[in-house]
Amino acid sequence: MTMKLSEMSAGSKVVIETICHPFLSSKLTEMGMLSGTELELLYKAPLGDPIAIRVKGFTVCLRLDEAKYIHVDSL
Amino acid sequence: MKIALFGNPNTGKSSIFNLLTGLRQQVGNFPGVTVERKSGVFQIEDNKYTVTDFPGIYSIYPHSKDEEVVYKVITNPKNKDYPDLAIVVVDSSNLERNLLLFTQLQDLKIPLILVLNMGDIAAKKGIEIDLAALKSAFPSVELVSMNARIGLGKDRLIDAIQKHKFEKSSEMFLPGQFPLGMEDEEGQKEEANQRYHKINSLIQKIVKQKPEIEKYTSSKLDRILTHPVYGYLIFIGVLFVIFQFIFSLANYPMDWIELFFMKLSEWTSAALPSGILNKLLSQGLIPGIGGVTVFIPQIALLFFFIAILEESGYLSRVVFIMDKIMRPFGLNGKSIVPLMSGIACAIPGIMATRTIADWKERLITIIVTPLMSCSARIPVYTLLIALVIPKTYIGGFISLQGIVLFGLYALGLVAALGLSILLKLIIKQKKTGFLIMELPDLKNPRWGTIFKTVLEKVKIFVWDAGKVILAISIILWALASYGPQGSMEQKIKNAKASALFKESNKMDQANYIASAKLEGSYIGHLGKLIEPIIKPIGYDWKMGVSLLSSFAAREVFVGSLATIYAIHDDSASKQRLISRLKAAKNSEGKSAYTLASGCSLMVFYVFAMQCMATVAVVKRETNSWKWPLIQLFVMGTMAYLSAFLVFQILQ
Repeated sequence: MTMKLSEMSAGSKVVIETICHPFLSSKLTEMGMLSGTELELLYKAPLGDPIAIRVKGFTVCLRLDEAKYIHVDSL
Repeated sequence: MKIALFGNPNTGKSSIFNLLTGLRQQVGNFPGVTVERKSGVFQIEDNKYTVTDFPGIYSIYPHSKDEEVVYKVITNPKNKDYPDLAIVVVDSSNLERNLLLFTQLQDLKIPLILVLNMGDIAAKKGIEIDLAALKSAFPSVELVSMNARIGLGKDRLIDAIQKHKFEKSSEMFLPGQFPLGMEDEEGQKEEANQRYHKINSLIQKIVKQKPEIEKYTSSKLDRILTHPVYGYLIFIGVLFVIFQFIFSLANYPMDWIELFFMKLSEWTSAALPSGILNKLLSQGLIPGIGGVTVFIPQIALLFFFIAILEESGYLSRVVFIMDKIMRPFGLNGKSIVPLMSGIACAIPGIMATRTIADWKERLITIIVTPLMSCSARIPVYTLLIALVIPKTYIGGFISLQGIVLFGLYALGLVAALGLSILLKLIIKQKKTGFLIMELPDLKNPRWGTIFKTVLEKVKIFVWDAGKVILAISIILWALASYGPQGSMEQKIKNAKASALFKESNKMDQANYIASAKLEGSYIGHLGKLIEPIIKPIGYDWKMGVSLLSSFAAREVFVGSLATIYAIHDDSASKQRLISRLKAAKNSEGKSAYTLASGCSLMVFYVFAMQCMATVAVVKRETNSWKWPLIQLFVMGTMAYLSAFLVFQILQ
């Protein structure tokens, strides 16, 4: 079932399905986030936004406005 | 020969740059943009090499204005920064992602050295790299393993540079059209996908991942640093410590510097034959240089702390917890550092905005930072408060004077945030701002790097802002020392003829003469010229003269008032200055310093951009005169209008 990364709770482990935003998708793909890449939502900032994700051995933070374009599937 | 350094962010690129060039570094901008261009030279035997450190990138395709610089250089062999040889620095614990940029550079047919950095971290994570397999995958490339953090592998790198045959890869890693256009996002994504698929199949042979020896530990500490309660408490604590240090430590060297330049002026004035050269040196040039130097302790200390926060990785956690709070104001989590440092001095704050990737958020931060009340406003605030605010206590223990001082700081902050919201609505930008930022693992800062950062920032300040401050202070000195034909002599004659003068002792007589000279000088005339403009906000020409002369730096206001009211300016006579100002009358014979005019002056100093050094730094950081002039105008208008309101209401 497809979900948005922005709707996940801390600790979820998911796999990227698509990133549907031309600009973000080229940037994130270049950072190694391809379709099928596993990622873990580590924790959220105090006000729930931005979020920190662990992907391929590094940690990246994203605003919810960015995370909502990342469609994910549960592992 | 031109060598370029490339790599992803946080791969230790700058450590390698420092290892190669030592202190022989130059910091400037890439042509036309405010992207830092660090270059340095080193020599091996008789060969001279120039190394340029490019901004950290994940791919050659740009996603921000800053990254366009790299794309424009490396896709155009005619560009003057186009390298003969490129060193690609990769994080060994994350080879897969790092190889994307590497294979792109290889396909651009640039001769390459691949530096495998941070092997210790890879080993901790149980990652092993088969160098022979890597070499056979990229036969034309020289491989060097290094641990730049502890300075390991420098000799191997130098050796590789020296022996490099400038061989280029004969075949494309990814055949097809390359490089793509800057705007072709769909194509870039497809290219990245294909490259990663090829890299992935290679990685299977090159990287052996043993079960992780050490589990990812950073996250436990991270959870505390980004905790809803502890996170903010720790941040406030860190800020508290930094400001304690700045306000307690910076004062000593600042006093020494002031004293030194004062003595030097006196000595020069006595040692040289009197004349215009003597005056220019002892009253114009030397105090001017002193006025630049006196900023250095504060700037150096602030940058020392900012560099520690940045180097350790803590700063990105601060950005993480502050981003949501700052965003409604059109600011970015990263804006918090400039705004905070603005409480001490806006200059390092504005110089620290370079880390903000989004141009609009960066510009707004630059424009509003000088509204935070800096330490140069303190002497102005304290003098005016002592002058017009009664020393009473509300409810017996809350000092009214303290409340007013606090109110001035709060006013600056509120104005900064308000202006941000306004600018957010006004400034248009095609792409919306985003915050995709790596949170690097927390680590101990390296003192060598921090020392170099501080040195570099101080150098930029001295050369870029210093010449503006120096020029303005010499102009102001000339305006205050010379006047229209016979005007100063006339004023002195009048002063000498007054009854007050004849009754005074020698020292007071000298002060009266100094005051008369200032009145007769060009700046005195200018003060009288602007009187009609400043009258509606409650000032007379004497305040006008002090306003004009404090344009070099706000704190000059106090010294200038002292001269004009014929009091020798030193700390012992502060009380005499206050009592003389209290007795001062304006041209209509009423008290010049009333509650209304005093408060109007305070508000004026909260808003007005009375600092040429900041103007110079904003010019440098925005790469045009457009923004500093707009800022000067906007802040000046805010100052005048609010001073007008305050004066009219309180009068």
